[in-house]
Amino acid sequence: MNAFLAIIRRDLILAARNGGTTVTLLAFFLSIGVIMPIAIGPDKPLLASLAPAIIWIAALLSTLLGLDRLFLDDHEDGSLQAYSHANASLATLALAKLIAHWLITALPLILATPVLAVMLFMEFPAFLATIIALFLGTPALVALGALGASVAVTLKRGGVIAPILILPLSVPVLIFGISATNSLAGPNASHSALLFLGAFSLLTIAFTPFAIALALRSAGE
Amino acid sequence: MNNTQTIPTHPRKPNWFSRLANPGVFMGWSRHWIRPLALLTIVTFAIGLWYALFNSPADYQMGETVRIMYVHVPNAWLSQMVYGIMAVAAVGSLVWRHPLADVAMKSAAPLGAAFTALALFTGSLWGRPTWGTFWEWDGRMTSTLVLFLMYIGLVALWNTFADHARGARIIAIFTLVGAINIPIIKFSVDWWNTLHQPSIVTARGLTMPASIATPLLVMMLAFTLLFFTLHFIAMRTEILRRRANTLERQHVLATAAANKQQAASDD
Repeated sequence: MNAFLAIIRRDLILAARNGGTTVTLLAFFLSIGVIMPIAIGPDKPLLASLAPAIIWIAALLSTLLGLDRLFLDDHEDGSLQAYSHANASLATLALAKLIAHWLITALPLILATPVLAVMLFMEFPAFLATIIALFLGTPALVALGALGASVAVTLKRGGVIAPILILPLSVPVLIFGISATNSLAGPNASHSALLFLGAFSLLTIAFTPFAIALALRSAGE
Repeated sequence: MNNTQTIPTHPRKPNWFSRLANPGVFMGWSRHWIRPLALLTIVTFAIGLWYALFNSPADYQMGETVRIMYVHVPNAWLSQMVYGIMAVAAVGSLVWRHPLADVAMKSAAPLGAAFTALALFTGSLWGRPTWGTFWEWDGRMTSTLVLFLMYIGLVALWNTFADHARGARIIAIFTLVGAINIPIIKFSVDWWNTLHQPSIVTARGLTMPASIATPLLVMMLAFTLLFFTLHFIAMRTEILRRRANTLERQHVLATAAANKQQAASDD
């Protein structure tokens, strides 16, 4: 458990002292929110109805952008080697990396969502539903993305291939995430999509650390 | 001889499973299988096409376009079967480090992508006259499209690895994650678009008259045989490619060593 907390702490400190990743991701996330109305046109009702979709796409793309170096830095400076000799299993450490990464990349995006909500003229119920759905859905996005990052660790052109692998797998997150937003904010609110979203996130978090550990171990061989 | 029984001096004869894993043994027996398989495929296709094109009735609603089904359904079936074969091979590759499983997995991916693309293509050709549109965001079509994207991702991933053994393990992990995810994706996509038109294939599949079921089954068998023929050829090609790579590497190393020796003797 010590190693688990130590890795989370280390990653948070690294992120705080470098600072670059979080700020870049936030800038990217907000830029998508700015670009979309320019492409669609300043039509208030249209933007309001598209807002959940725009926010989810922005979150998905920002998550993919941030995952590029998740394991690459650790691979290059030899930390991955050290992890494989730690007294905790590699899967546990992969879970720690996931949690740290969610705190560094996904949480700031969720906290920045109000800005996009204002720019896209979202109603308050829809905004609230989007926030809840993002809280439940982003862990799955980060976990799937981390799997892509672990697969791509040894590849020179890994940054290009990981999104191609990950996007088809994140279809359920998008579907349940956006329907959760729409059904929660709609006239007859229903929780089923939200529950499915949570279930998918839990399932993904439960399984991916093992797959990530396997991939990292083969990468270290 | 009696006292050496506890310590065998030569390795035990490998069991059938290990023999199956040996690419050399595979090259030996698969050579005799390709021609009969290809011949069987051609004969089955001839029978199936004859049934499908000449000896089956036109549908009372869809008319002659129903014959597209005899090409479309087998491709759709293969698009899923090939992923199943890849997933089984992935288990073989991860658990037993079965070298032939790597080869089977690698050579199945482009075939699966091709059959899935054909299923989508024939489906859209069939959709135009019957549904009035080339594409519909229907649950079944969308999940097939996602499956196609996964095949493309796997093919792209294979192309980025220079080292076969390491690549195979990582790709096997990804194939299995995909296999777990495919039912979830399918479920989510069906749930997303519940308004899709009742699926023609399953609706017909339950109440299908023999005059249509026979050519369909023969064509499915023909396409499955076609896949196995192509898969065998692709596996053999892959093994030969790896051998050629090894020979090339050995040759380069030998030349380098010889040059070094030459340079040393010249001094």
